[in-house]
Amino acid sequence: MLQITNLHASVEGTEILRGVDLSVNAGEVHAIMGPNGSGKSTLALVIAGHPSFTVTQGSVTFEGVDLLELLPEERARMGVFMAFQYPVEIRGITNAYFLRAAVNTLRKARGLEEYDTIDFLDVLEEKLKVIGWSESFLSRPVNEGFSGGEKKRNEILQMAVLEPKLAVLDETDSGLDIDAVRLVAEAVNSLRSPERATVIVTHYQRILNYLTPDYVHVLYDGRIVKSGGKELALELEEKGYDWLREEVVAG
Amino acid sequence: MTTKAVDRYVAAYQRFAANGASGAPTWLQELRAAGIARFREVGFPTVKDERWRFTNVDRIAQTEFGAPPADGETGDVPLFEDLVFGDPKTRIVATFVNGRFAADLSSLSGLPEGVLVGGLAGALAEHGDLVRSYLSRHADTAGNPFTALNAAFIQDGAFVYVPTDVDLAQPVQLVFVTTAADAPSVSHPRNLVIVGRGSRMSLVETYFGIAGSIYWTNAVTEVVVGENAVVDAYRVQRESELAFHTATSVSYQERNSVFSVNVFAFGSALSRHDLTAVLDGEGAEATLNGLTLLAGRQHVDHHTTIDHAKPHCNSWEMFNGIFDERARGVFTGRIIVRPGAQKTDSKQTNNNLLLSKDARADSQPQLEIYADDVRCTHGATLGPIDPKQMFYIRSRGLTEQQARSLLTYGFGVEILNAVAIDELRDRLDGIIHGRLENGA
Repeated sequence: MLQITNLHASVEGTEILRGVDLSVNAGEVHAIMGPNGSGKSTLALVIAGHPSFTVTQGSVTFEGVDLLELLPEERARMGVFMAFQYPVEIRGITNAYFLRAAVNTLRKARGLEEYDTIDFLDVLEEKLKVIGWSESFLSRPVNEGFSGGEKKRNEILQMAVLEPKLAVLDETDSGLDIDAVRLVAEAVNSLRSPERATVIVTHYQRILNYLTPDYVHVLYDGRIVKSGGKELALELEEKGYDWLREEVVAG
Repeated sequence: MTTKAVDRYVAAYQRFAANGASGAPTWLQELRAAGIARFREVGFPTVKDERWRFTNVDRIAQTEFGAPPADGETGDVPLFEDLVFGDPKTRIVATFVNGRFAADLSSLSGLPEGVLVGGLAGALAEHGDLVRSYLSRHADTAGNPFTALNAAFIQDGAFVYVPTDVDLAQPVQLVFVTTAADAPSVSHPRNLVIVGRGSRMSLVETYFGIAGSIYWTNAVTEVVVGENAVVDAYRVQRESELAFHTATSVSYQERNSVFSVNVFAFGSALSRHDLTAVLDGEGAEATLNGLTLLAGRQHVDHHTTIDHAKPHCNSWEMFNGIFDERARGVFTGRIIVRPGAQKTDSKQTNNNLLLSKDARADSQPQLEIYADDVRCTHGATLGPIDPKQMFYIRSRGLTEQQARSLLTYGFGVEILNAVAIDELRDRLDGIIHGRLENGA
């Protein structure tokens, strides 16, 4: 589904990603871990198409299509979704209005009929249950006045509504209390299907207690230096990231 | 140049005083005389005056405006259907053509007992004492040359009187239309709204002119809100894109009254609107909201003053501006807390969205606080669309154009949401959408 080969990306002339290789198949959940500054968020943002990053080498394909050639909205229409580490506030526009505008754009792109207001409320009601929210969140402007945790949950609500093929969660679990972490994990689990894939970018092993990744990768200094199963996450939790530095330096 | 311009209005006043106005009662003649005397003394404001530093009115001074045609061609009635709302059988509408009350274009049959809605000229004849006890009590002739000029030409406009303890279900709609004329003309609508103790009403003022016509509207509206009364006011400025609009709105509130006004400025080449809310009784609450949506070379200046004269009053103020192309907006938010006005709670925000690099907005909060136990907050934002917001919205599948439109619409919706009349909100929503689709 997602194929990343020798990806190099830089921001304002500084190279952040220095040759990332990653292959994600439909039905899989991948966790990308790593210390601060290793390039985890950059990788997520490059997949989503953030204009600040320049890809200098390598390729990213999604279902065989060169993702790097596409605008952010074109990637979204293909089924790529990123849950933001720092979700943005949109004044005046309610959650319900924004979600409907987004879902209808995607449905239109897929040749599906657009939801009218009434149909959409039914859809939303269902999805709200996933994150344990009341309808009052729908009439509030997008993320405005939301707490940090509420903003992260709102990202999960968007994911649940937009039903992406590939979801990239950029540190969605950081800053959340343990109950919220469990909720996010459950939401990811509920979307799990043979057609979908999830990439969880995280600093902590905590969220992986609630959802079992098929693969764990360690991103270090702009490269994936180690890949393994769930046990790798536990090892990182126990030993921290320092031992990796030694291993990388030792080659 | 300016002296010559002032002389023109003095001469026009003298003709007016000698003709139609000579039959007016002495008190009104004196009011007009004081108005022209003040205007003659101060003339048109200049950018050297602190209160006018961002708004140059030379174009108004230099244009020769004559009297409007007495019987303006109002064209077909469907035009009015775009300016008013509600069931034609029951709605309350007073229409003014070129500043004069037009009974045949008004709809006043459904007025409850004791409620008066109509022209000021008629009210002067029929309820002279009532008008006299309120007219020009609150509009500050000394502080604004245009208010003085309006006073000099007081003749007609809207008169609304709601006695005590009346719950007026239907909004009172006042529609001011300027018709096309061969030469530029000026009208000075003078509006007086008196709402008695314990009464409740909504008021909608709409100013409209035929596209492409050059004229000047110089309006003054005074609203007196009695004790415990609730007034929900709206003002929609849709003047022609070549027109000039100067206006003063003053609300005067007695104790425990609630006054809110939402102003929408879409039209005119140059507009200056001075809004003043005086909270002169304990427990009064005032809300002043505004939305400005401009393009081309339009210029709109909102100069607001909230005067906390008594303790335990609250005020909220939110003005949003959206400026495209070479448009320019000015917002001044003056908040005065008088000595002894303790427990005042006042919040002001002014947000400006610049959709083009040539657009400009100036924001000036002015807090004058003479009491110590108060809470006054203010904040302003100014800038182009945030690229972080753009990326966020695009990452959900919306195009760059859709994202831009959504963010811009959000600025408008924030003010639109405060409109309590559904039909009016839908109408305004349509206007905003229409403007955004045409690139603001």
